[in-house]
Amino acid sequence: MAAHAHTVKRYRGLMDWLTTVDHKKIGILYLIAGGFFFLIGGLEAILIRIQLIKPMNDFVGADTFNQLITMHGTTMIFLAAMPMLFALMNAVIPLQIGARDVAFPFLNSLGFWTFFAGGVLLNISWFAGDIPDAGWTSYVPLAGPMYAGGHGVDYYLMGLQIAGIGTLIGGINFMATIINMRAPGMSFMRMPMFTWAIFITSALIVFAFPVLTVGLVALTFDRLFQANFFETGNGGNAVLWEHIFWVFGHPEVYILILPAFGVISEVVSTFSRKRLFGYSSMVFATVLIAFLGFMVWAHHMFTTGLGPVANGLFSIATMLIAVPTGVKIFNWLFTLWGGSISFTSASLFAIGFIPTFVMGGVTGVMLAVAPADFQYHDTYFVVAHFHYVIVGGLIFGIFSGLHYWWPKMFGRVLNEKLGKATFWTFFIGFHMTFFIQHFLGLIGMPRRVWTYLPGQDFDTMNAVSTVGAFLMGIGTILFIVNVIVSAANKKPVADDPWEDGRSLEWSIPSPPPEYNFKQLPLVRSYDAWWNEKQKGNTEMPPAEPVGPIHMPSPSILPLVMSIGLFAAALGFMYDHLIVAIGGLVVTFGSMFLRSVFDDHGFHIEPEEQEKGVHA
Amino acid sequence: MMNRWRVFKRLLPLMAGMALLLSACGRDDLSTLSPQGPVAQKQFDLMTLSISIMALVVVVVFAICIYVLIRFRRRKGDNTVPKQVEGNHTLEIIWTVIPIILLLILGVPTINSVFGLSKDYSKDPEAVQVTVTSHQYWWEFEYPEYGIKTAQDLIVPTGRKIQFKLASGDVTHAFWIPSIGGKIDTNAGLGTTNKLYLEFPKEGVFRGKCAELCGPSHSLMDFKAKAVSQESFDRWVAAMKAPVAMPADENVKAAFESKCLSCHAIGETNAGSAAPNLTGIGSRQTVGGILYNDEKSVEENLKNWIAHAQTIKPGNQMPDVSTDVSYGPGKGTTATGLTQEELDGIAKYLASQKLEY
Repeated sequence: MAAHAHTVKRYRGLMDWLTTVDHKKIGILYLIAGGFFFLIGGLEAILIRIQLIKPMNDFVGADTFNQLITMHGTTMIFLAAMPMLFALMNAVIPLQIGARDVAFPFLNSLGFWTFFAGGVLLNISWFAGDIPDAGWTSYVPLAGPMYAGGHGVDYYLMGLQIAGIGTLIGGINFMATIINMRAPGMSFMRMPMFTWAIFITSALIVFAFPVLTVGLVALTFDRLFQANFFETGNGGNAVLWEHIFWVFGHPEVYILILPAFGVISEVVSTFSRKRLFGYSSMVFATVLIAFLGFMVWAHHMFTTGLGPVANGLFSIATMLIAVPTGVKIFNWLFTLWGGSISFTSASLFAIGFIPTFVMGGVTGVMLAVAPADFQYHDTYFVVAHFHYVIVGGLIFGIFSGLHYWWPKMFGRVLNEKLGKATFWTFFIGFHMTFFIQHFLGLIGMPRRVWTYLPGQDFDTMNAVSTVGAFLMGIGTILFIVNVIVSAANKKPVADDPWEDGRSLEWSIPSPPPEYNFKQLPLVRSYDAWWNEKQKGNTEMPPAEPVGPIHMPSPSILPLVMSIGLFAAALGFMYDHLIVAIGGLVVTFGSMFLRSVFDDHGFHIEPEEQEKGVHA
Repeated sequence: MMNRWRVFKRLLPLMAGMALLLSACGRDDLSTLSPQGPVAQKQFDLMTLSISIMALVVVVVFAICIYVLIRFRRRKGDNTVPKQVEGNHTLEIIWTVIPIILLLILGVPTINSVFGLSKDYSKDPEAVQVTVTSHQYWWEFEYPEYGIKTAQDLIVPTGRKIQFKLASGDVTHAFWIPSIGGKIDTNAGLGTTNKLYLEFPKEGVFRGKCAELCGPSHSLMDFKAKAVSQESFDRWVAAMKAPVAMPADENVKAAFESKCLSCHAIGETNAGSAAPNLTGIGSRQTVGGILYNDEKSVEENLKNWIAHAQTIKPGNQMPDVSTDVSYGPGKGTTATGLTQEELDGIAKYLASQKLEY
């Protein structure tokens, strides 16, 4: 029997986590790592706000401040926000589409470990004392070898390069997963909205991240091997970097926000007990946003001097994005309309998201007006705008999703009282910090300033903003307390703890067994689980008989490959070619091993399934 | 057309209210909300138009949101299942079309201004030509028609178009006088020189800033734009071209020539150098862009600056009495090591470099 041809490989304890290829565990790893970096980025934000609490403050110096803003931006976007999204993707997508894992479990693990290696590499710059300080956009010539000596920017380049591999792998993996591994009956137009959002996000990743890779390679060559891509003195072009960065960078912001849109769609619909209003227009709007997202990068460069034709075109293209986004907002509002809305922590974050994101969205349209952007650009108005969409949009979305799917991920419900306290402190703190920054920008405060002179009317507003930042910090701490409290609570959780679950993940135990679905479900409609419940069914109709379930083997190779890349990066940066080559040998050697030795995985027999195999 | 105008008319009172609200805060010489010239005014008009439209959107969304949350909240023990609605074509068309109309109202004047504000007056004999070169962390202003160069204080005549040609001597900066008009980047390298025109209808001093992260002292890279009458401007041009006497004291002169003029220029001496031109520095608004001469005397500010330049503007390219330059292309320029007498003498001499205009 083929089913018995391979021995079952399993590890325990730490080794289990280092070798796992199970999407649920990888999701948890992403969450822990992303959460950790979120705390670091948050701490950096608090230090930034303390420095700006009063004029000519000397809490941190000019150098340190520039390092803090650079690391805050880079950490929050690449190491906190994206991994936490990947955490939700991993935890939820295979369950929502009725699959037993992602398409490439090994790659999934590799994606996590390369991201983690890149993140650690970037952050050890704090210990090396050589910290990137040219902003998260790393504009040249400031980030070039002449003006950024030392290895600070090298950490940025190498860290993002390695972390970027992880993201790209993840994008490819989820595209393949969603295309190929949907349960029988789940056509594209029956996919839950979160799955749609992740599908489109994955496509964005696949198209946008290679651009970043190219840019990072070019700048790395400039810095390490005296190439002249961006060296203006030798005929290089600094504006080229801006183009490359934003051709990646603008889709990146949609990579961040589309998954949050997906989360909000799920949460709003579940907690108002209503089908998502205008599902097909939601899908179409998301596709359109993603498409337009590639057409608007130069609105980050209105003041670069591209001329009126380019500025005019990119103005109008940017404004157009407001239309599909507006469609989504109204669809959410009309999902709530006529519903039966319950205010759980998850739905509070989702409901807080809607007006907050609208405020971030309308300032986005204002920024699209190129001549007016000449005034807004690089001021605190922009800082306020993108924090409204990234914190008020994405982070609210992540908090909402975490409260919503926590029972499915961990088999524990988060404490509702603490959850609501988290929401209110974070929500109020957020608006207090950032609303006022719009006005700071309008009255002439540029962004990325480590201090400001007194007597410019900036003082009071900055102080208020700092107080708000502390409130956000308290909100985050409350969430951590909640996680600890809920971990101590051993009460088991129902399969469908919100009782109004609509998609497939709520039809299986919380947390799900290693193989997710004992029998793959047969999907008969959109909102499949909800409709089965309405028909009086207590489980999904199966699409296959009970039988041995094929599982992938765990592997330590992804971790080893990432360590190899990590070592190679350090070797190149510090000019120790032996270390660099050694690192690459480890990575490519692991790839060789992986290619040469086939591992066909193992099977879980029906008898074993009866005992209940928990992940 | 008719329809659009009606919407616009309805927006007018809202816009007026917004404008009033917005102009309530900030300094007149710094805030984008108190425009002091036609360019900033045009941009401010677009800002109020867009803020008004957006306020309308926000109000509508908030109203629906609040209504929905109150009206459709779940009552205790309510277990009814609401009607499952798939969508509504009429509604969906409405909230697609209305935003498109709002965007048209915003888009047309946007395109109009994009082209209007990018006019090039560099061939216009009526316009004053100024070449701006940004450096870490100071601004150089050259008037090619008059053959003069100055730094930190941009002097312009009122009532004429000022056409700027902007580039950078090192990293990317951005030239911004918020109350006069929006910013433009100054790029380094071939083919990336930018153009911008501004107008200064009123006499006065307006604050300028660097708006692109350019290194440690980015936040301190301020400058001033001083608009004066045409006659006064002509007198300033003449005064800038007048010969400048060296310090009378031999020791001070020697120190000034060997320590300062190795990089700076004054009058005809050393013109074309890479550090701020010192001609008429005694009558500038500030020393170093941030030490205001109306708060302390020029001489005091100069002494402070020459002694502690590296502390006042960390990472700038000028060494001070005891600190080397440790960053950027000036890296390795050693401390000036001026004695107290030399420093006092130089400060006094420079403070006396006032221009009558």
